[in-house]
Amino acid sequence: MQVGLEHYLVVSFLLFALGLLGVITRRNLLVIYMSLELMLNAANLALVAFSRFNNNLNGQILVFFIITVAAAEVAVGLALIVALYRKRQTAHVEDLTLMKL
Amino acid sequence: MKSELLPWLILFLPLLAAVAITLFTLRHRTVSALLSIGAIVIGFVLTISFIAANGWTPTPAESVANWLTIGDLQVDFGLKLDALSLMMMLIVTGVGGVIHIYSFGYMHEDRGFSRYFACLSLFTFSMLGVVLANNFIELFIFWELVGVSSYLLIGHWFERPSAADAAKKAFITNRLGDFGFLLGILMVWGLLGSLNFTVLQIKLTANPAALGGMASIAALLIFCGAVGKSAQFPLHVWLPDAMEGPTPVSALIHAATMVAAGVYMLCRILFLLNADALQVIAWIGGFTALLAALIAIQQNDIKRILAYSTISQLGYMVMAVGLAGPTPAMFHLTTHAFFKALLFLGAGSVIIALHEEQDIWKMGGLRSKMGVTFWTFLIATLALSGVPPFSGFYSKDSILGQALDKGNYPLFVVGAFTAGLTAFYMFRLFYVAFLGKAKTEAAEHVHESPAVMAWPLRVLGVFAFIGGVIGVSQTYASQFSGREFGVPLAQSLVEPFVHSPIGTLIGIAFIAVGFFAARTLYRNATSDPLPAKLGGFATAMKNRFYFDEIYEATVIRAHDFIAAVMDWIDRWLVDWACIGFVRGGTDLTGRTLRLVQTGNLQTYAFLFVLGVAVVMYLVLGK
Repeated sequence: MQVGLEHYLVVSFLLFALGLLGVITRRNLLVIYMSLELMLNAANLALVAFSRFNNNLNGQILVFFIITVAAAEVAVGLALIVALYRKRQTAHVEDLTLMKL
Repeated sequence: MKSELLPWLILFLPLLAAVAITLFTLRHRTVSALLSIGAIVIGFVLTISFIAANGWTPTPAESVANWLTIGDLQVDFGLKLDALSLMMMLIVTGVGGVIHIYSFGYMHEDRGFSRYFACLSLFTFSMLGVVLANNFIELFIFWELVGVSSYLLIGHWFERPSAADAAKKAFITNRLGDFGFLLGILMVWGLLGSLNFTVLQIKLTANPAALGGMASIAALLIFCGAVGKSAQFPLHVWLPDAMEGPTPVSALIHAATMVAAGVYMLCRILFLLNADALQVIAWIGGFTALLAALIAIQQNDIKRILAYSTISQLGYMVMAVGLAGPTPAMFHLTTHAFFKALLFLGAGSVIIALHEEQDIWKMGGLRSKMGVTFWTFLIATLALSGVPPFSGFYSKDSILGQALDKGNYPLFVVGAFTAGLTAFYMFRLFYVAFLGKAKTEAAEHVHESPAVMAWPLRVLGVFAFIGGVIGVSQTYASQFSGREFGVPLAQSLVEPFVHSPIGTLIGIAFIAVGFFAARTLYRNATSDPLPAKLGGFATAMKNRFYFDEIYEATVIRAHDFIAAVMDWIDRWLVDWACIGFVRGGTDLTGRTLRLVQTGNLQTYAFLFVLGVAVVMYLVLGK
């Protein structure tokens, strides 16, 4: 069986959907954060696939940038979560409803 | 240059005093009083020196500062200086100054002493403004300021509900007249395009028909202002109630100066009044004079008798204006300022001596114990009654003479008859309150007032005596009819008999009848014999011909009804229907939308994804 663009895109979509499901349904901030990364990587996978099948390296270059920025973002995000946990003794989103009136 | 600034200084000194007292010296009673007295006395001295330096017709006759310009309308803040305004300035600062000094004694025990003097100074400022104004807008503003200070002073003892009510009544009744006044001013401006008295006079002289068919209406609307301020029928009801204020206030504002502002204003704008309007003015004046004199006969409160007498005398003045005689009107205004202020101050002296007793049937026998008050009051009574050669005789006679000159015999009879009534009620007051035996315990133990109150009485007594022959009339005449100054004393002494001997003699006859009637009825009376003789008519007079009750039943009832309707409209149509729906709708929308804001991160994320899905469907799904 020839593995084509569609297969990559389907995998990418599934990864994205799983990540989204995790973001929406899970209650732990860390897990939500991991699901978020999953969605990011689903997008990366789609970019690489398009790049490969269109013979254009732009997509792969973009992926490198995304990975770099994501690394920095993870550092900041984790630091925030740790700080939040220290302050509130919880990483549960249902306890974090300060924005509600 | 220097002399041109003097009137400005005179005008603004009392305002300065009022501001200084209010801001700085409320706690220092004597300083406040001295500031206020100083301002008006300096004003008086400056006025005299200004007249001495520039004469009665100074040049330039107007001192103007541009105030504001709106399109074609230019409003100046100007001072008009002529015989009319200068004489009035003398009265306001002179009589006012004397009353200020008297107040120092009269109000000495009062808690609101400083506040009282601040208000007095504010009043002096406003009154000088009315006198000096050179255009309608300026006049109207000071006119209202006078009303405000009158309100403040009537309500000086605001803890007393009757005083607070009287203050409101005075202010609101005046507003009624002022509403017409303002309409009249607007009409004059609309038709003639100017508000400056001098410009208006020039325009009307050049083209007497400039006002066209609206002439009478405009004139009568402006007259409305005078009806309110000078307490003419049918707006006369506020003045007797205004006696709730301190007695010196009654003397200054509600007898000598403010209530005369209406008459002064009419003389100032005499050129605007056409024959028809003058006719109405004359009859309203005459009717008021008669009506108030009748009411005065059956009053027992010493201040109320004087109040109705004031209304009656103001009626005389308005009648004189209506008879196209500004000179007699202003002449009577001037002499009236002297003797009526004196009467009120004398009454105040008696009231203080009797510990706030105002009922004349509880006085009596004051002759030996209160010499100064007794004799000055007698002079003022003679002057008010119009007994020759006291000042009131000359001015009242000049009004009666004016009626004869114009051939208006009905008004002459009204005037002469009222003169008789005047003599009657004044001597009734005098016999009951001052002569005979002391009618109560308190009246037996009276003492003369202190010097600070006695000297103002003496000063005013002198002027109430000689006021008719010191050239007041000639000064006014020089403005209104261009006659010359310098009539010798002997000539002015007998002037009334030369001018119209029949009128004078008839007037004196009426006065004599009034005097002897009062003497017969009240010389030894301990209670009023008149109700038994006149029956229902006396009761009607005593109850002021039920004017207050009539107004209560008609005007106030109607007003309450309209107010109730408006209240209903405001409450249900505006508040409930209009505002209620808008407010309720906003509230409901807000409450609904608020449910969306759960504060839950994942709900937001879910909605966000849902939104993206919908957008994707719309963009790609077709």
